[in-house]
Amino acid sequence: MSGAQKIAVTVTEIVPLNELVTRFKFKPTDGSLLPTFSGGAHTVVEMKDGAITRLNPYSLMSDPMDQTAYTISVRRDDVGRGGSLFLHRNVKVGDQMTISYPVNLFSLDLRAKKHLFLAGGIGITPFIAQIKQLERTNGRWELHYATRSVALGSYVDELTTKHPNEAHIYYDDQEQRIDLKNLLDGQPLGTHVYVCGPKGMIDWVRKTAADEGWPRESIHYEEFLAPKSGKPFEVKLAISNKVIQVGEDESLLEAMEREGVDAPYLCRGGACGQCETDVIDYRGNFIHRDHWLEDADHKSGKKIMPCVSRFEGKTLVLDR
Amino acid sequence: MTIQFNDETFRDDYSFHNSAWAIRRFPFPFHEDSYMYSVNMEQHRGGPAGSIFEKRFDVDEHYLSEMRDRAMVLADDPLRCQSLPHMTLAGWDLLELIMVSKSEDYPELFELHRNGNTWRWVNKPMGIDDTFTFLDEATLPYGPLEYITRQAQGDFCVLDQRDDNLWMDAGIVTTQADWSLDFDIGMNFFEWHAPVPLAHEKGVFVRALKFLLNIQQGSPARRLNWTMTVNPLLDTSPENYHKWGIQKTTLTPENIGQKQHLRVELQTFFRLPRSNALVFPIRAYLCSFQDLMTMPKWGRRLHRVIRDLPEELATYKGFIDNRTMMLDYLSKFDDGLPTSDGIWPEFETEPSLNLSEDS
Amino acid sequence: MSKFEFPPSIRSRPIYRTLEPRKGPAHLLIADAAGAEAMLDMATTEMMQTAHIIYIPKGADFGGKLRALNPAKYYEGPSYAASVSRIRKVLADAKMGLQVYLAGTEGLMGQAQLEATNAGIPHTAIQCEHRGSVARRMQCVHCKGITEDVEVDPFICSHCGLNLFVRDHYSRRIAAYQGVCIDAEDPGNVPPSKGIYE
Repeated sequence: MSGAQKIAVTVTEIVPLNELVTRFKFKPTDGSLLPTFSGGAHTVVEMKDGAITRLNPYSLMSDPMDQTAYTISVRRDDVGRGGSLFLHRNVKVGDQMTISYPVNLFSLDLRAKKHLFLAGGIGITPFIAQIKQLERTNGRWELHYATRSVALGSYVDELTTKHPNEAHIYYDDQEQRIDLKNLLDGQPLGTHVYVCGPKGMIDWVRKTAADEGWPRESIHYEEFLAPKSGKPFEVKLAISNKVIQVGEDESLLEAMEREGVDAPYLCRGGACGQCETDVIDYRGNFIHRDHWLEDADHKSGKKIMPCVSRFEGKTLVLDR
Repeated sequence: MTIQFNDETFRDDYSFHNSAWAIRRFPFPFHEDSYMYSVNMEQHRGGPAGSIFEKRFDVDEHYLSEMRDRAMVLADDPLRCQSLPHMTLAGWDLLELIMVSKSEDYPELFELHRNGNTWRWVNKPMGIDDTFTFLDEATLPYGPLEYITRQAQGDFCVLDQRDDNLWMDAGIVTTQADWSLDFDIGMNFFEWHAPVPLAHEKGVFVRALKFLLNIQQGSPARRLNWTMTVNPLLDTSPENYHKWGIQKTTLTPENIGQKQHLRVELQTFFRLPRSNALVFPIRAYLCSFQDLMTMPKWGRRLHRVIRDLPEELATYKGFIDNRTMMLDYLSKFDDGLPTSDGIWPEFETEPSLNLSEDS
Repeated sequence: MSKFEFPPSIRSRPIYRTLEPRKGPAHLLIADAAGAEAMLDMATTEMMQTAHIIYIPKGADFGGKLRALNPAKYYEGPSYAASVSRIRKVLADAKMGLQVYLAGTEGLMGQAQLEATNAGIPHTAIQCEHRGSVARRMQCVHCKGITEDVEVDPFICSHCGLNLFVRDHYSRRIAAYQGVCIDAEDPGNVPPSKGIYE
């Protein structure tokens, strides 16, 4: 079986935070305690959306010490394929759902002398759990959180009330920007930077830090990509000896699962590397979207990450 | 069943012994008649009733004596238990994992009563009844890692996970196959395995690391490893090698059956939830050659494995000088009959030893 | 002086490369003896404006040339032990982005690297280039004592007197290679010592 262990849960609370973001609370259906987790962990939420089973990762944002419930915050993506829309529109308090055990691909480096968090939009969620963890263990941290506007600033009030000295907020519509170069300049040795937000923000932070002489190991980032829709395509799976069709609104990974081919995964967002698959033969173009493979791998035509990447062309044969 | 704990030693007079029950459940590590490194991992989700795989942390008849031996090693050399400063949370994770597992798996021996962060831990065999505050080091006599592993058989390595690697950043190591925690602490997965021959070239460690990095909460894994030890000595440390090394030269054809021990490690791997570290318990089981030979299948197979083992491995595992004597002894228990697949002794179905007079 | 090519070895043995200037707000250069030559080969005028050079000559005569690079700060110490408190202070005051360059003997680089990693710099971000003596800093695994500048194998532990063979297994945290008793299984049978790379 692929993916982490599963937990049967019941939705116990749904709180719309603003026009785009809604918070969901899950408790174990059998009344037991949930596993503890480490700040930065995510859970994969299973959604039965008609004929399609969607599995989307969401960062856990509850207190890692709290074993009674998990919470996640979901930003509605109106142009996406529907995972977030499904949660926003179809899920009701009292519904029973399946989520995965926590998996952490964005954990704190506990050696850090200081943790510097950079959040963009809904990228705030893993930091909320990490801040709770660090508060419990007397860690030193600072948050710089860029959001579109006061109205869309999820958790801004909570953060600035509880942590007036550590939390710094930047509103795009007020032309406020994180002065990154200045912020990085003068941080004590042993500081680690964590960035979660849109790809452009991650790239900007990584490049600026490298230019300022920061070691690669001191920069941590996480961005879960939602799979994007695209033109349907056909794939031959050499090991399973099957030819399958990938539909417009499903990912290659989802299509393999639909056809009963057990493909490994953890994050389903192009980050963890679990679903890396060898390409045996192809004629056409890859649409690579993952963060996992190196540029050279993308160009080689020898590897694909089926969770987020697609293909356009005549022939694609995979080692699955 | 109720475990009858042995009163025995792993040094000086070496009164260590296995009961018939312990021999039957001994984790014989060879599933076929030859051996080579492999990433022989499987899920650690129980096993046959009474087997060493059944519980998350096996407790057997050697428990009290092993814990007494560990206390002696630590008194002589406190550097055998170390934790780099960032690993304290992982130490609490491990304490929680062991206390929860043992109290659930052996309720007649261990009890855990939790009221918020006030925890009461009862270890009946060792006569311990302590109340402490979870995550407050000041309320325990040792750090959390040392406290709980002074009450748990086997060595424990606690590995930090970062930069796509595992780092040996904490542990307690008193029953090891000749490696030093004090020297290796802080190393990454490839570095602490650096002295192992052949396996790097075969890509074993690259594959093993990839597997271990992806072990998730709730999905522990396990494998067996093995080596040879003359006398049932648990502390075969490099630190004391200048004292115990000489014992390897005391083997004679007359005493080898009793003195030579196969030493098998049950290695398990658990993701630790609060720290995202990985704990790697290494539980050593010892069995003398003469006790192993009571299982006809094991006698036949051990002879074939030792005979055909590459020289580099026999050297690395430290028995190259004694291999000829071992084979002279073991060959008497190999009549050439085929053996069944798998590690279990099959003592009910495997034919008994059948040697003609002139063989 | 030509550079020594270390033979291929196991994964725990450090690998030394050639220093190259990197971007950063400040630069810390630490060298002993012939390590000065690596610094002279690498140093740029721009880097020297924010550079701190710490040099332990060990009898070599590069002080004048290093000083002529005109670094922002220059210090010459009589020994590593005499310099280490200064190194710690420099690292305690340093900010992220500091570039660390080490050159010279393995003992010097290992010990300075340990100070830098303790201060929070990942070891992979610290550049090291070997120059000069190939002697090793050895730890006796039995008594834990360190013997500096070991050139032969086997050697006698300067603390407990055991005959030790020289392993390639190296600990960054101890900044030393491991020495293990060579005659434990046959006391007194110690082969004659020869150079480590002979």
